[in-house]
Amino acid sequence: MDKDVFSLCFMCSVRCPIQVGVKDGHVNWIQGNPHVAGIDGRLCPRGSAGKSLLYDDQRLQSPLIRVGDRGSGNWRKTSWEEALDYVGTRLKEIKDTHGGHAIAFGERAQLATHVSKTFLKALGSPNHFTHDALCKGSMNTACRSMFGYTDGQMGINYANTKHIVLYGRNIFESINVKEVNTLMDALEKGAKLTYIDPRVNVTASKAHRYWMIRPGTDLALNYGLIHVILKERLYDAEFVDKWVHGLTDLQDFIKDYTPEWAETETGIPAGEIKALAKEISREKPAVIFHYGYRCASHQNEIYMRRSILMLNALMGSVEAKGGIFFKKGPGAEGGKPARKLTEQEFPKIEVPRFDKVGTPDFPLPDPAHGVAQRLPYAILNEDPYPIKALINYRLDPLMSIADTNGTKRALDKLDLIVTIDINYSDIAWYSDVILPESIFLERTDCIQQMNGLKPMMFLREKAVEPRYDTMDGAIILKRIGERLGIGNYFPYENMDELVDWQLEGTGFTREDFAAKGFVSYGKSPIFWDRNDIPFKTPSKKIEFRSSLLEDAGFPSFPPYESPAAPPDKKFRLVVGRTGLHTHISTQNVPYLNELMKENLLWINTEKAAALGIADGATVAVASACGNGRIKAFVTDLIHPEAVFMVHGFGHEAKLAKRSYNQGCSDALLQENLYDKVGGSPAFHDTFVTVTPV
Amino acid sequence: MSQYYLFQDSKKCIGCHACEIQCKTNKDLPEGPKPCQIIQVGPKFINNLPKMSFVFMPCFHCENPWCVSACPTGAMQQRASDGIVFVEKDLCVGCKTCVSACPWGAPQWNPDTGKVEKCDYCKDRLDQGLAPACVTTCTTGCLKFGKVEDMTQIRRQRHAESVASPENSSF
Repeated sequence: MDKDVFSLCFMCSVRCPIQVGVKDGHVNWIQGNPHVAGIDGRLCPRGSAGKSLLYDDQRLQSPLIRVGDRGSGNWRKTSWEEALDYVGTRLKEIKDTHGGHAIAFGERAQLATHVSKTFLKALGSPNHFTHDALCKGSMNTACRSMFGYTDGQMGINYANTKHIVLYGRNIFESINVKEVNTLMDALEKGAKLTYIDPRVNVTASKAHRYWMIRPGTDLALNYGLIHVILKERLYDAEFVDKWVHGLTDLQDFIKDYTPEWAETETGIPAGEIKALAKEISREKPAVIFHYGYRCASHQNEIYMRRSILMLNALMGSVEAKGGIFFKKGPGAEGGKPARKLTEQEFPKIEVPRFDKVGTPDFPLPDPAHGVAQRLPYAILNEDPYPIKALINYRLDPLMSIADTNGTKRALDKLDLIVTIDINYSDIAWYSDVILPESIFLERTDCIQQMNGLKPMMFLREKAVEPRYDTMDGAIILKRIGERLGIGNYFPYENMDELVDWQLEGTGFTREDFAAKGFVSYGKSPIFWDRNDIPFKTPSKKIEFRSSLLEDAGFPSFPPYESPAAPPDKKFRLVVGRTGLHTHISTQNVPYLNELMKENLLWINTEKAAALGIADGATVAVASACGNGRIKAFVTDLIHPEAVFMVHGFGHEAKLAKRSYNQGCSDALLQENLYDKVGGSPAFHDTFVTVTPV
Repeated sequence: MSQYYLFQDSKKCIGCHACEIQCKTNKDLPEGPKPCQIIQVGPKFINNLPKMSFVFMPCFHCENPWCVSACPTGAMQQRASDGIVFVEKDLCVGCKTCVSACPWGAPQWNPDTGKVEKCDYCKDRLDQGLAPACVTTCTTGCLKFGKVEDMTQIRRQRHAESVASPENSSF
């Protein structure tokens, strides 16, 4: 029997709407949802490989319990009953002996995150953390410090922009289908693209202006731009007068940061900096200084992100067509969002989080996400208290937190490591129990609340029955919860019942999703009146001078510190993405692996020649905390101070046979440094040596 | 020549390879054969800007296809109704003569079946009124499929807009 199912992709975390063709119980076609504007049937390479993942016989096929040493890869296949009893019994022992807070839970935030959070809250643990802090914690803090909203509550109106500036935001390779197409359409209509990156990539090749900036100096560039904009009064005076708190503080601060000074830092000619400031201000407010997606490069990350937000505010491009905007929720249309299990009442938790977020030690990061890279420290030092168990839900601390060797030393102290995943990830390989999850094509999931200019809800709908002995994540957690005496927090028996529970009170039912795969609360995009923008800062304004920062003892305008140039024969390690893989999770998918099996180390031609490194030769890369081997890509397309590799390669899980030991893991080399104000890791603050082998 | 033309709007192509994957997915192919492929050329700096080209290489469905003439078994055929060049798998013996004959490397080797695979413009989809797989889901919509005369119109339109744009124009 043939059917078409509207659903949501999950080959990456964007969750593009898809339409799945099913014939005789098998997936035979996947395309983008043709009813969604900006998608129109389109699908990226990872999404196109969904079927390749579904029918891959190297993914997890049943619950497994470790029988040899951790990481040895000796597994015993077991039943769900035994695996869940095993996990439940051990978690109960740990909870009874050490308290619920001895259990930490890390996950890649996803549709069922409210279920995971419920699981931990019911256990009395504050220690839920997500991938988000590793990706953009400082951006979240920067947005709150300026606007009182998180980055997740903000969006970018590519469709109407006239000039967009991207700082290493490689939109055309870290593909989000709708974002790619709305930007491409804007470019077709004549929008200008300025791209800034120490390395050339596809996005750079589509730009009208490209600057190969000295790595780590984007903040200096922005100070130079702000200097010109203020000095020559290129800003939107009406908007700034009305909404900006702290303009005079900025004017005083920026005086010495001239474009000529910025040139010495960045390597970008002062004249070109001035030219951009003038050119872009002519198009205000329909301009975008893109605030970034992965915002985790340097230890001063929050100030770099704040400088971008200031540029937008100066252009008046906040809550403007063709600028940045605040997402509108169902409430803007008089509607209600889908319910979340976290709305229930939980036992009060008295202890601080493992990462001390929200305490005077680390006051500003968002406790909704935590700070994952603090986990190894917390475990090793039992500070603030012992952590005994870690549950990993599709977040791999070994490859996502810097310094894999350090993370392993911490994990070795744990009594229990459980991983819920679809593949043999490296953390699954290092776990005591693996609980295999059904992939996105095999499960119905929780409601996707999509806030934006038009609030909507989407649904991931099961297309086919699970191919192997796998379960839905939200059911796995419920079943473990039942064994821990907290089953009452999970008022459903299957995903259909959970979705129905979520939709209660929204005015929509499951049937409403059938026609197009989504429901809309309203019909037209909502922009707020620019004379009446409800900023949520204490001053109700855009806080250049931030009470959030200053009340916590941090300056709003710290003096600029020049990033160190790499010492002799060393390079700054810079990492990024490719359109063919999602972080650490798709390297073993057959069709994606076929196109990209390994990562390469980009190194500048002259530097490579001096070191005797030929294009394609294998080199050893070493930092203070790890070393690996990788093939060199010798090129003029990268700044001489930097070497670059794509994130997510160098897997250690042997049963993921295609990706095992292919390329080099960046996390193995990166030191666990981070922005102690904003919360992001500083993935680009490690120096490495590169030597021929 | 087939009456169709598969147009790649190179200005919008981001070289993401979704076309290759969708093609292989649709034809259930193993590792190896790529009936269509994106070949990246560059990047290199032109007037201080980095530029790269992504060249889309399917089968060109020639008027007098070398591969059809060369095929000793009659497996390689040209569809009378619309000129699509395709391989009839049951007749293919894996002799690779077509691989030798094609100047553009269009016929691809399937190591699992020991036979040839090639782009047939997804004629099964065309017969249902659909576009080829690669075109249907192309990430940026840069691949377009249709009658030759419609496709040349897109190119003319784009060229006209390019020469008439204020920054490039003497108007």
